[in-house]
Amino acid sequence: MPGVSGRFSTVVKAKISKLLDRAEDPAETLDYSYQKQLESLQNVKKGIADVVTAKKRLQMQSSKLEQSVVKLDTQARQALAQGNEELARVALERKNVAQSELQSLDSQVAELEAQQQKLVDSQQKLTTKIETFRTKKEVIKAQYSAAEAQVRISEAATGVGEEMADVGLAMQRAVDKTEQMKARADAVGELEASGAFDDLTQLGSGEDDIDRQLKELSSTATVDDELAKMKAELGSGTPPDAKQIEGGQA
Amino acid sequence: MIVRISGEGQFELDEARHPRLDELDNAAVAAVERGDEAAFHEHFEALLALVRTEGRLLGDEDLCASDVILPPGDLSFEEAGADFTGEGLVPDRL
Repeated sequence: MPGVSGRFSTVVKAKISKLLDRAEDPAETLDYSYQKQLESLQNVKKGIADVVTAKKRLQMQSSKLEQSVVKLDTQARQALAQGNEELARVALERKNVAQSELQSLDSQVAELEAQQQKLVDSQQKLTTKIETFRTKKEVIKAQYSAAEAQVRISEAATGVGEEMADVGLAMQRAVDKTEQMKARADAVGELEASGAFDDLTQLGSGEDDIDRQLKELSSTATVDDELAKMKAELGSGTPPDAKQIEGGQA
Repeated sequence: MIVRISGEGQFELDEARHPRLDELDNAAVAAVERGDEAAFHEHFEALLALVRTEGRLLGDEDLCASDVILPPGDLSFEEAGADFTGEGLVPDRL
């Protein structure tokens, strides 16, 4: 059968025969195969732990960013209250960058959550199959002659092997995704370390590289809008009034 | 025939559906080859839908091997392309 499924079937089947690529003696096949299955299940458990770790890392990164957003917002208000509009603008620009990073992190956390759930389901399926195999191999041992047993065993082992190969594929895809997200989290970490979201009171007088980069990154329009909103809030002090002004500008 | 959708499970499908399966399969491949992402998704999803709706899902304690193994439902256009260029989707480890 040509095409995507034929191609895919061939690749998976090659994995299965690699997995079961030993043993002429039925007893040896049974033990070897069962051993392999248990090892594979261990790998899946380890893989799930990796995904959970990656998810926690992203969540930590995310809560840090949340704090930065709140802090930068407060700083912008303070700066504006003191009449320093330039400083307020810088703070809002940084807040924008932090917010867009935050959104992207949140969606990645959700994606990892889904991966994790999928892997847990796969693990459950594989566990059931391995248990079925274990029971079956005892029956086969007791009931069949060596020749018959060989056939029955290879059938059952292929069934489990296919599940193992399939779970292995799911693991690999999850690991690849996790790697991408780790890189992403590291990039955010670097941005943070570079001082992009730092306390503005520590800021020097002039503009540095990061400032210029941040300005390029964030949209001026958003910052202008927010600045206007903040001014309105500070000016009137009452939310209804602020809304009115905001509405008038839109 | 037994068809596995990678990451979902195995389905028992009437042998009579085999030609239709082949048809959608080839259409999906042709779409990848001419770089038509929308058509690829359309045919590939129709292929999976056929198996899911007309097949009977086998239990976890079933140990039979599949006749055909389909890639996972969230297969991207890029992954499908990689599959055909020979790199393959299944990892060497495990």
